[in-house]
Amino acid sequence: MSKLDASDLIESNLLVMTDVRKAFGGVPALSSSTLEIRPAEVMGLIGQNGAGKSTMIKVLNGAYNRDSGTITFDNKDWKANSPQEAQRSGVSTIFQELNLIGFRSVTENIYLGREIKRFGGLLDWAAMNAGAQKLLSRFNVSIDVTEPLSQSSTAIQQMVAIARAVSFDAKLVIMDEPTSSLDDAEVNILMRTVQQLKAEGVAVLFVTHKMDELYRICDRITIMRDGKTVAVVEPKTTDKLQLVATMLGRDLADVKKSGATAFSGTSEIGNELLSVTDVAMGTRLSSVSLSIRQGEIVGLAGLLGSGRTETARVVFAAERADRGTIRFNGVPTDFKSPQITIAAGMGFCSEDRKLEGIIPDMSVADNLTLALMPQLTKSGLLDEKAQRVVVEKFIQSIGIKCSSPDQKIRELSGGNQQKVLLARWLAMNPKLLILDEPTRGIDVGAKAEIQSLIRKLAIDGLGVLMISSELEEIVEGSDRVFILREGRTIQELSKDEISENAVMHAMAHGMSAPENAERETPS
Amino acid sequence: MTLSSGFLVRYGALLALIALLAFNFAVTPNFATMQTLSVNLTQVCTIVIVGIGMTLVIATGGIDLSVGSLMAIAGALSPMIFMGTLIPIEPLWLAITLGIIVPILVAGMFGLFNGWLITRFNIQPIVATLVLFIAGRGIAQVSTNGNLQVFKVPEFQALALARVLGVPFQVWVMLLLVIISAFLLGRTIFGKQILAVGGNEAAARLAGIPTRKIKMIVYGISGLFSGLAGLIVIAMNSAADANLVGQGMELDAIAAVAVGGTLLSGGRATIVGTLLGALIIQLVRYTLLANGVPDAAALVVKAGLIVLAVWLQQRGR
Amino acid sequence: MKSNQNSGLRRLFYSPTFAVVIVLLLLTVFGSLRYEGFLGAYNVSSVLRYNSMFAVVALGMCFVIMTGGIDLSVGTVAAASSVTAAIFSPYGLLAGLGAGLATGFCFGLLNAIIITRLKILPFIATLATMLAASGTALLLAHNETVSVSYDTAFTSLGQGDMFSFMRPEWVDADGASTPAKFLGFWLAFPIPAFLALLAYLVGALILNHAAFGRHVLAVGGNEDASRLMGLPVNRTIFSVYLISGSCAGLAGVILAAQFGAGQPIEGVGWELFAIASVVVGGTLLTGGKGSIGGTLAGAMLLGLIFTILNFENGVGWISLSAYWQSVVRGLFLFFVVVMQSRLSGVRARS
Repeated sequence: MSKLDASDLIESNLLVMTDVRKAFGGVPALSSSTLEIRPAEVMGLIGQNGAGKSTMIKVLNGAYNRDSGTITFDNKDWKANSPQEAQRSGVSTIFQELNLIGFRSVTENIYLGREIKRFGGLLDWAAMNAGAQKLLSRFNVSIDVTEPLSQSSTAIQQMVAIARAVSFDAKLVIMDEPTSSLDDAEVNILMRTVQQLKAEGVAVLFVTHKMDELYRICDRITIMRDGKTVAVVEPKTTDKLQLVATMLGRDLADVKKSGATAFSGTSEIGNELLSVTDVAMGTRLSSVSLSIRQGEIVGLAGLLGSGRTETARVVFAAERADRGTIRFNGVPTDFKSPQITIAAGMGFCSEDRKLEGIIPDMSVADNLTLALMPQLTKSGLLDEKAQRVVVEKFIQSIGIKCSSPDQKIRELSGGNQQKVLLARWLAMNPKLLILDEPTRGIDVGAKAEIQSLIRKLAIDGLGVLMISSELEEIVEGSDRVFILREGRTIQELSKDEISENAVMHAMAHGMSAPENAERETPS
Repeated sequence: MTLSSGFLVRYGALLALIALLAFNFAVTPNFATMQTLSVNLTQVCTIVIVGIGMTLVIATGGIDLSVGSLMAIAGALSPMIFMGTLIPIEPLWLAITLGIIVPILVAGMFGLFNGWLITRFNIQPIVATLVLFIAGRGIAQVSTNGNLQVFKVPEFQALALARVLGVPFQVWVMLLLVIISAFLLGRTIFGKQILAVGGNEAAARLAGIPTRKIKMIVYGISGLFSGLAGLIVIAMNSAADANLVGQGMELDAIAAVAVGGTLLSGGRATIVGTLLGALIIQLVRYTLLANGVPDAAALVVKAGLIVLAVWLQQRGR
Repeated sequence: MKSNQNSGLRRLFYSPTFAVVIVLLLLTVFGSLRYEGFLGAYNVSSVLRYNSMFAVVALGMCFVIMTGGIDLSVGTVAAASSVTAAIFSPYGLLAGLGAGLATGFCFGLLNAIIITRLKILPFIATLATMLAASGTALLLAHNETVSVSYDTAFTSLGQGDMFSFMRPEWVDADGASTPAKFLGFWLAFPIPAFLALLAYLVGALILNHAAFGRHVLAVGGNEDASRLMGLPVNRTIFSVYLISGSCAGLAGVILAAQFGAGQPIEGVGWELFAIASVVVGGTLLTGGKGSIGGTLAGAMLLGLIFTILNFENGVGWISLSAYWQSVVRGLFLFFVVVMQSRLSGVRARS
């Protein structure tokens, strides 16, 4: 594309981002990202966690300033220092967590910040209500605009957000995973809205992890990986498998075990520990089934938003399922709180260390023994000697680097924090450990250590449910893999069937590649 | 930079107290006397006792506005029991024992009520405890009909007035509670769990900590300590006035906690800090008074002190 | 358009404000049937006169709470304002009024600065201001009440009647007809109540018909979203504390004028009365949803409870002391917050 004359490029495009970089504290989040969007084009954007999508969106919506690179929008050099500036210049963003105000009326949510006023600065409600109604009618939405927004469904709320964006004369609307909490009917409504926008000459940047949606709505798709734009493809000419492979950085022709991870060794597989059958919860999970046996690492794969974390939380009783059965050690269980689940022998390392893992102001020792503490007490008193013994043991055995057990955990690196959290559960001698993205945000060395530790634990008889967005981790680490897609289990792969190709295929299409599809998908 | 500001947060209260003491030794006449010590310690006693409960509550990320009203309830109930106005109780020692234990337990029950409101209905602590802040004093006033209960029962009043080694008994009670609570917070599993709940409630829940139970208990403790403080106040005054006992105590306690270095958003707390905080506020007031500055000005200084302490704390993080 | 009106009616019907108004009416009917003179001109006017200052404080509190904040300083700020108003009252009505309002405004400014610049929680910031205002009041008043000047018209701000100058004699004649009594009542409408009413009208106008009012609710509803929508979040928060301070200032003026003295130690617990009024009136304590009319109704309801308890003492079978008022208020608050929590819980789940 560098062969093209620059001015041509800019003229035929609404937006041109070239070589945009953005780093945080020296760590690049965007290293070389390009993006071109033509007027009235629906551009898909896809990439794994950490691929740089959200950084790119935030540069475009004015939340971040780029470090370097050029952005041309509407034939002008473009820069926005705040979401408001971006909005005024014609770039509006519909966030995943809808940034609207539920208590306020639909009209207000559309007009807040640039209210229509009459003489004396008083609000002209009649004009605003009429305007809101008119705007929404363009998308075939007819609701009482004076009702609080929270009374409407999520899809309608999204429509209101879009109407707000359009009312700012947006030329480009960025939608960040707009369908993540919509049901099928609502997705259809949204798709129609996107088409309506396109028909009116508005370009859309559509960020999603759902293959079907990308192929249904997008004119082109930009694929990002590791902070770089790696490809721009057309759905017509690229199949889903190829797309997923590009996104994950895999060469289709060369799918083999590269040995990039440190899961070495095999473990004895024992009796069934946990079985989950047909579990559903809200809009996130519709039918999840899986099982784990002693000494087995079970990988739970799927694209973002496929319900992996939700599955883990339901199993751990951090959230209640709407239906379905969970058996632990062969016995049907109805755990009511994590406390009970833990007592039964489960542990759960959550995906977000900061939000749900560490207690930042507490010491390494206290964080490590947080769950174990009830067993370290003598008549209510914390037995500090016993605690010290346990802590020293784990600091030694899994190599936690800290100045002392009394150091505050927030001062540790991500990898060491993760090891402390792992140790928090290992100290409990659990039967089953649920690991949600155990190596996310951890440097390479620590990553390998944690991976080999997980295998060692399985060899010792522990059952592990491992959620990971990293394909090689799933493929090389798992003894069995369950693949989730849009809240349901669509495939189970046994040890022999596991391959990057099979996993990607299932993630992309909802079933495994023909050569691997000897087994039927569990219904 | 982070080291020095961290140092300031950790030892700021202690340094401020030492500076104040030094200033007073140098400037204030008759400062280095047992009399001065006794006066100042007696003044902070109830604030510290209530402040301990408040520290535990704030450590979980909550707040308790009802402490003053619970003091009034305990203060109103106690004389009714040991003076036999409710039901005559025969041996005096039994009446006094009940007159101490029952009001404290009742205040503790009201504290549990606060906890119940907060955990059962997910009501913000500031609002939930506002209910008893308003109604609690009313309950005390209604049960005494707003009358002053005057009594002269030395055996009961020993709670505040008796002297051990020349120091009022209530000061010993306060010190004992400070030591026990500091131990509780620092050395027991319960203390760790309190800090875990305040530090990261979601993580604490996932680590199997019974977050609701912990919260219930801290509000219960806050109630118990408020009840005890109420008894000390009436023992000191040899009278129980439901209108006045514990008036404004919630502010004094919160101020002591904040100045002492406990993080108001929860997760980091120090009982000894609360003691120091209360001493600092008291000593500032004493210093100003002893040097001819009116009491009202001390209020303004106290206000500035609270803002300064909280601001420093936030910068230290 | 018709469905709009219908839903509007329905919404009114289900709103907490509506419930408060109904309870208020029921209590009024109950009182008028049970007690003699309950709806008499004297009682009504004195209830309105006395409660007007609380109502004004609640108005300012309502704006603060709608942004999700809280202002604990209103009581002592009102006390401090009553002192300055009393000090300036010899220079005329406007001087006293101006001094009181300015005092309130300054403390509001102090709150606003501590909260938006130093980023200290409203709860702590206003707590400190509460102490500072109390200290200032005592310092200015030299620890005693400050008599206001009766040479100027200042006291009419608390004690005067709105239309006393045009009051015909026949409305006060013995055996005056009912319409005459009615007219007499309205001509005797107390000036402080009029001021409060005026403040509420302005408040309602600002909340419902000015961009600022909508921003207040938007900020309380979702601060991050408001920021992303480009609303002036900091300025909005800053302003509500100025409003609350000024309202407390006005309440202080009324206090001084009504009781003929600046009262440095008044105002204890006013903030809680105000918070309770706001909450009972259907404003969400977490912000984002509120009603000016509901706050007025809430303040009147809490005031009415006190009046009824007073009357009950005169005639009742059970002698309910005035002390019951805080118990009843607390119970009220209890039911309201539990109901609020249940309602919002249901909403979150559905």
